[in-house]
Amino acid sequence: MTKPLSKINQLWEEKIPGGAHWSFVMKRGTALRITDPEGGANLSGLFYNQEEKLERYNMPDTLKAQHTAHLTTGFVLYSDMGRVLASVIGDSCGWHDTISGMSNAALVEKKYGKATYQQARNDMHRNARDSMLIELGKWGLGKRDIVPNVNFFSKVSADDAGAMHYEANHSRAGDFIELRFEMNVLVVLSATQHPLDPNPEYAPKPVLLQAWSCGTPDEQDQCRNFRPENVRGFYNTELLFR
Amino acid sequence: MSIVESKLTPQQASYDLVLPAGESWLHEVKLGQVFRILDLEGNQAVDTLFYSAHDPEERYSAVDTIREQGNLYLTAGTKLMSTEGNVLMTIVADTCGRHDTLGGACAAESNSVRYAIDKKYMHSCRDSFLHALGHCNCGPGKIQMDKRDLTANVNFFMNVPVTPQGELTFADGISAPGKYVEMRAEMDVFVLISNCPQLNNPCNAYDPTPVQLLIWDEVSH
Repeated sequence: MTKPLSKINQLWEEKIPGGAHWSFVMKRGTALRITDPEGGANLSGLFYNQEEKLERYNMPDTLKAQHTAHLTTGFVLYSDMGRVLASVIGDSCGWHDTISGMSNAALVEKKYGKATYQQARNDMHRNARDSMLIELGKWGLGKRDIVPNVNFFSKVSADDAGAMHYEANHSRAGDFIELRFEMNVLVVLSATQHPLDPNPEYAPKPVLLQAWSCGTPDEQDQCRNFRPENVRGFYNTELLFR
Repeated sequence: MSIVESKLTPQQASYDLVLPAGESWLHEVKLGQVFRILDLEGNQAVDTLFYSAHDPEERYSAVDTIREQGNLYLTAGTKLMSTEGNVLMTIVADTCGRHDTLGGACAAESNSVRYAIDKKYMHSCRDSFLHALGHCNCGPGKIQMDKRDLTANVNFFMNVPVTPQGELTFADGISAPGKYVEMRAEMDVFVLISNCPQLNNPCNAYDPTPVQLLIWDEVSH
């Protein structure tokens, strides 16, 4: 049974300021509620098996195993090794982007101009790629480990001709997503604006993280039974912990 | 979707190889050279990755490529973007019209998820990629490339439409015998190909087939 977040089982909480980067290990059987307190947040995320960091979130395998190009409740995040890193056990905004990548230094400077530390102190303009590189460096990882990421709270759809459309104001104040971790997972986050965000101002929003002890999924689990592929994905994952 | 034919003839090519299904190919395409992949028998998936020959840490980025052109599908005019924001290759001719870059490569492990646990013993694109990298001192003496260097690839000739509702679908192929895609190298590029051996997917009619790979030296296109 997956226990919902409560005062009894909450482990910690932390607010990531807009623009900041973060990494930490989430153990199997714990979950993270990520909340957009103000609305309009974007949170770029990458995920690695903590014990063997060569194993990492794989966008194509996640999409093709579940016949989806976005994430919401029921979907899981697959690694390149056919295992489930994390499951989406709750979501109030219905669509999280998987296909648009992350901002980089050139893009941020072009859109928002330059704001260095010397000028702006900790309000300096940050970008997701450099933020990821800094966090990855803390775990012995680098450029070769940056792969297509998730952008929580952002929606990018495509029409029949493939034209991509960024939906403004997708996430409202208080929207949240809940991730349950099925392995011990290194989570790397950057709270920077989505690369397709048309806002001409540099205005990254904060996010609230709340971790709790949720337990491991049972046989009736929604994400496990969401698709036949996920039954096999959970089987592959649980072999690691028998 | 734009169909653009090439004026180049195979007789003028400086490199000409038929790559059977299930084989990998790792080769340098120099700045200015033009590289063609020809679908000999139709609807064959050609899983392809690109690296800067001088610094393979700079490599093809599927998400930067589609975001920069604002469209999910690759065709004539598409610039294949690197992780550093540079253009690796420009697609200069395409008689198929649409190529996928979201579906990735098949792997033993993803086959076990997608089809059945015991499918993991079947040959896969990732095995081909790892075979090629394992035999190569690529990365011009800088790094030995390995699994860390495998990222989301291009699937030339594959049709993987995304619906407006955000579903990923596997549609019937739109390629046919003799269709090709041609690209010009905008820097010295290592091209890594797995000619896909997938036997579980109707997209290639369960019948992986050979492709032809051609390179022309600097030409004015």
